[in-house]
Amino acid sequence: MGMGFSLFAVVILTCVALAGVGAAGFNYFFGVIIPYISIALFILGFIYRVVRWGASPVPFRITTTCGQQKSLPWIRSSRLENPADTVGVVLRMALEVLLFRSLFRNTKTQLQGQKAGYASAKWLWLAGLTFHYAFLTIVIRHTRFFTEPIPFFVKWIEELDGLFSIAVPTVYLTDLALVGAVTFLFVRRVVIPQVRYISLPADYFPLFLILAVAISGIITRHFSKVDLLGVKSLALGLFTFKPVIPEGVGLSFYVHLFLVCALIAYFPFSKLMHMGGVFLSPTRNLTGDSRRRRHVNPWNYPVKVHTYEEYEEEFRDKMIQAGLPVEKRE
Amino acid sequence: MLKTKPQELLNIDYKPPKTGWMKTPVDFRPGTWCYSALPKNLRVLGLPNPRDWQPSDEDWKLPPNWKETIIRGFKERLDRFRSFKLFLDICVRCGACADKCHFYIGSGDPKNMPVLRAELIRSVYRRYFTAAGKILGELCGARDLTEDVLKEWFYYFYQCTECRRCSVFCPYGIDQAEITMMGRELLNLVGCNINWILEPAANCYRTGNHLGIQPHTFKDMIEFFLDDIENITGIRIEPSFNRKGAEILFVTPSGDVFADPGTYTLMGYLMLFHEIGLDYTWSTYASEGGNFGLFSSHEIMKRLNAKMYAEAKRLGVKWILGGECGHMWRVIHQYMNTMNGPADFLEEPVSPITGTKFENAKATKMVHIVEFTADLIRNKKLKLDPSRNDHLRVTFHDSCNPARAMGFFEEPRYVLKNVCNNFFEMPEETIREKTFCCGGGAGLGTDENLEMRMRGGFPRANAVQYVHEKHGVNRLACICAIDRATLHSLMDYWVPEVQVTGIHELVGNALVMKGEKPRELDLRGEPLMGTEGGGDV
Repeated sequence: MGMGFSLFAVVILTCVALAGVGAAGFNYFFGVIIPYISIALFILGFIYRVVRWGASPVPFRITTTCGQQKSLPWIRSSRLENPADTVGVVLRMALEVLLFRSLFRNTKTQLQGQKAGYASAKWLWLAGLTFHYAFLTIVIRHTRFFTEPIPFFVKWIEELDGLFSIAVPTVYLTDLALVGAVTFLFVRRVVIPQVRYISLPADYFPLFLILAVAISGIITRHFSKVDLLGVKSLALGLFTFKPVIPEGVGLSFYVHLFLVCALIAYFPFSKLMHMGGVFLSPTRNLTGDSRRRRHVNPWNYPVKVHTYEEYEEEFRDKMIQAGLPVEKRE
Repeated sequence: MLKTKPQELLNIDYKPPKTGWMKTPVDFRPGTWCYSALPKNLRVLGLPNPRDWQPSDEDWKLPPNWKETIIRGFKERLDRFRSFKLFLDICVRCGACADKCHFYIGSGDPKNMPVLRAELIRSVYRRYFTAAGKILGELCGARDLTEDVLKEWFYYFYQCTECRRCSVFCPYGIDQAEITMMGRELLNLVGCNINWILEPAANCYRTGNHLGIQPHTFKDMIEFFLDDIENITGIRIEPSFNRKGAEILFVTPSGDVFADPGTYTLMGYLMLFHEIGLDYTWSTYASEGGNFGLFSSHEIMKRLNAKMYAEAKRLGVKWILGGECGHMWRVIHQYMNTMNGPADFLEEPVSPITGTKFENAKATKMVHIVEFTADLIRNKKLKLDPSRNDHLRVTFHDSCNPARAMGFFEEPRYVLKNVCNNFFEMPEETIREKTFCCGGGAGLGTDENLEMRMRGGFPRANAVQYVHEKHGVNRLACICAIDRATLHSLMDYWVPEVQVTGIHELVGNALVMKGEKPRELDLRGEPLMGTEGGGDV
């Protein structure tokens, strides 16, 4: 459900940029105003979401323990899968955030006749990881437009990224990886009946939008004659709050920029916020040592209990008859 | 026993229906849901809307303001639990959890995919608590809260055993159990609950244990086992009840007192404590380790759990020892000290036999019997003859809660390997943190729900069948009272050659006691290998 709608929405966004810049010539609006609005939305929205989550306390320590607890000294505990100290938690979270540890566990259940089998299923992990790292690299590469001089590591990454290429301008490996991985994630969502069944427009829309961002970026770089110095002066202008609109920055650049802005603005209000949320996940970011150290619940309130006195009151005679000790004889 | 044949039950179509999930109504088929809670049990606990009704009725007799009540309760929980808010917000519907749920594997019902089970409540969250949901409605997966939605919640939140297997595979650690627990809390606000949970909870509240065993009967039942032990070992054991000044209070699930095969495990406890001369007492008031409050609401959980500390304080013991039970240990490990602590009237647990300090339990002051026994064995304080279990070929089922809420993997295996010679692991994808639920946890182990239990228990049974065929396994060991109650029917249905056992039953078999007569029978009264009558291999 919602695939067509999401695709339609991305097409509309593209057309808005084409019309707004190509036909109406609102370069300043699309080159300056929109980027500022979307960055403001992103920063404020992101903070708002994280603060909203943070406003709710973590009353209990409900870690998912995926390894041996720290218990008796002669039993080897699993620091990464069931951390009992902060260092362990940091390592566990690093594994989750940087390597998608939990997703790496993924299996596929198969039922053959009356036998169930569990095969390894690492494709989702691989595509997810590839996508995220490609995206990260591309974001880092883009900092060349906002910095003067360009930091050394950005240049390194660029060189590494264009390693095997022969075309001019160099084809970046991460561009291909990103398009490939996003396509895989989309196809998987459509082809696997169960995943398709649970998918919402909110699942398709980011995929289409990211794909459109990537394709418009590739077109801007490889197929249209965009003046890179112009792009850089626009970006630096935005960054230093002295916005300028240079000449000769082609239409495809504006489409690319507008789609990026749409993505940035949409980010905090969507499932993409898992980027911030994963750090707050109480099943992963807490120690599993709640018997060793007391965890305090800020809203713990007294409850009605059935006291021993009430219990003895009801059963005293039977208890005395059975020879059980009692507090009161009468 | 379920009438449907196993091969018919496994005729599962994993293809989702043609209609979207919002447009597919719930079908309350007999065998797939549990009876409603009796009004008397709601009254004991002071819960809202006690009435006569059944889930199969058209009219659920909800209070007139039920919708406002749920929405208000929803908001309260969003403000109180970061987990709830976060888990509703950050799911990307990648589907990694989908085929990890035993109910999904065994039923093929798409709403048993953890992700979709969560969407049932997430859709309502979007509609009432997010701007996009209020404006765009169904376009962003939002829907109104209607009676049909409530019925759907009931059907599927009482079709999740809160086993947390999905959480292991989720890239964000989203815990379906947490969502199910919130869903059940909301249902409880308007009186939609099941008897198999609330009757034990009400009993536990009043009499101290799920089965409603009164103090004199509790004592009688335990004393009944003393005769059995004497017949087998020639030794008369004399436990104490509600004794002030004992060093240790022992609490175990009352299922061990009441129902086979838990009873044999209880005999094992009694023999072990006698043999090491443990200064301990039973309590008739805190005569239940399990906590069916966990299956209804945090508040009831706390109300029931409070007994343990209260009794430990009244009796003046130094620390508490807990028996073999799954969800009991989830509550002790992850909730007890937070809810009812600090236990500053107790001392940090030290084994009186080995002098070992249980550092990992120093705040809650409650030690797991299997930790305790593992430490005894490690320090060579027990004389064991594992050959007395040679008629058994044993595998171990990691119960969900000790596995995924404690990380209790090595201790039980260490004990098992020391008390029996034939131990075999089930396939790696089905044990430890990836273990499969018995299909009847979280209060769903009732007979009217039999079909769903057999479906949900299939992955576990299937792994048992594998080691049964490969290694001739005939005994399934576990450390959980619900397991001991539910795996029994599960094995009967799927792998009838396998019986269920607690670990301390095997400890009791292997334990060489001072002054015992030559053993010819195990705790079930069955002949040992090499004695008259031979083994049953």
